[in-house]
Amino acid sequence: MASHAHAETLAVQEQFDTAAQQKDASGLGMWIFLITEIMFFGGLFLVYIVYRSKYPDVFGAASRSLNATIGAINTAVLLCSSFTMVLAVRAGQLGRRKAIIVFLILTLILGFVFLGVKAYEWNEKFQEHHIPGPSFLMEGVAEQGHAQLFFSLYFAMTGLHALHMVIGAGLLSVLLWQAWRGKFSAAYYTPIDMVGLYWHFVDIIWIYLFPLLYLIDRHGPKP
Amino acid sequence: MSAPTEHVDSVRTYAIVWIVLLILTGVTTAVAYVDLGHFNVVAALSIAVGKMLLVALFFMHVRHSTQLTRLVVSGGLLWLAILITLTMADVVTRGWIGVPGR
Repeated sequence: MASHAHAETLAVQEQFDTAAQQKDASGLGMWIFLITEIMFFGGLFLVYIVYRSKYPDVFGAASRSLNATIGAINTAVLLCSSFTMVLAVRAGQLGRRKAIIVFLILTLILGFVFLGVKAYEWNEKFQEHHIPGPSFLMEGVAEQGHAQLFFSLYFAMTGLHALHMVIGAGLLSVLLWQAWRGKFSAAYYTPIDMVGLYWHFVDIIWIYLFPLLYLIDRHGPKP
Repeated sequence: MSAPTEHVDSVRTYAIVWIVLLILTGVTTAVAYVDLGHFNVVAALSIAVGKMLLVALFFMHVRHSTQLTRLVVSGGLLWLAILITLTMADVVTRGWIGVPGR
């Protein structure tokens, strides 16, 4: 019945035999999307690895100029948000509406804390003239161009990651609205599950960005 | 109206994974300040891989997912490995053999 298309939430669509199969198909589709994301970020990681192997000294010096403590704190914030997200999915599995709402709100708050810390870090870069462009200046480094390359990659990678966080926050807000309206139950919580996969994926990207950008050159020769 | 029988992990399991992830974050940060030479990169990336596995297996439920999903996920990582390995095989070895006329 076409007029009931909006009520598809619980019913098994005609192309599926069972609700379990329908849910597996959603999960598989989400994973295929995440793999395109892996390849998308993978290209940036590859460029970073290539140029880091080409200009190890400058990349080391530029990496040491980042604040590893703030980076570690932000990693912890993001891991906490993944924990609250997985609890929201669990609340969905059990059909607990209030718990879904509480954990989605917590996840959203932690996501914004991450973005706030990121904004603080980027602002610091502006003050230090570490923004690639005409006014770029990194003291103690001879090859300014190579240092700009590091910061171009830094902003491209952390920026793209932050954009994913913003999109994730949007998705969480939609879920929150739907959970508030009582759309989810133990029989149907697929959207929470899928956004959960997305949120954890964004977390995994940061799990790699943090050591690659902030950590691997910490104690190299001081310039 | 039977719900698909889902495996529901306990809050305790998630909490343990979460705490281990936080500890690993602390460890990777601390180890970065110890001079291990080239092993700093190895240590940082090994810990990152460990954290990724914890998040994927527990938080993303890969350990309860279908074989097909697991195959697709591994396939994705395999292609990423091909991308990085083949490119680095070129970049790293380019200067090894003198090319006449270069």
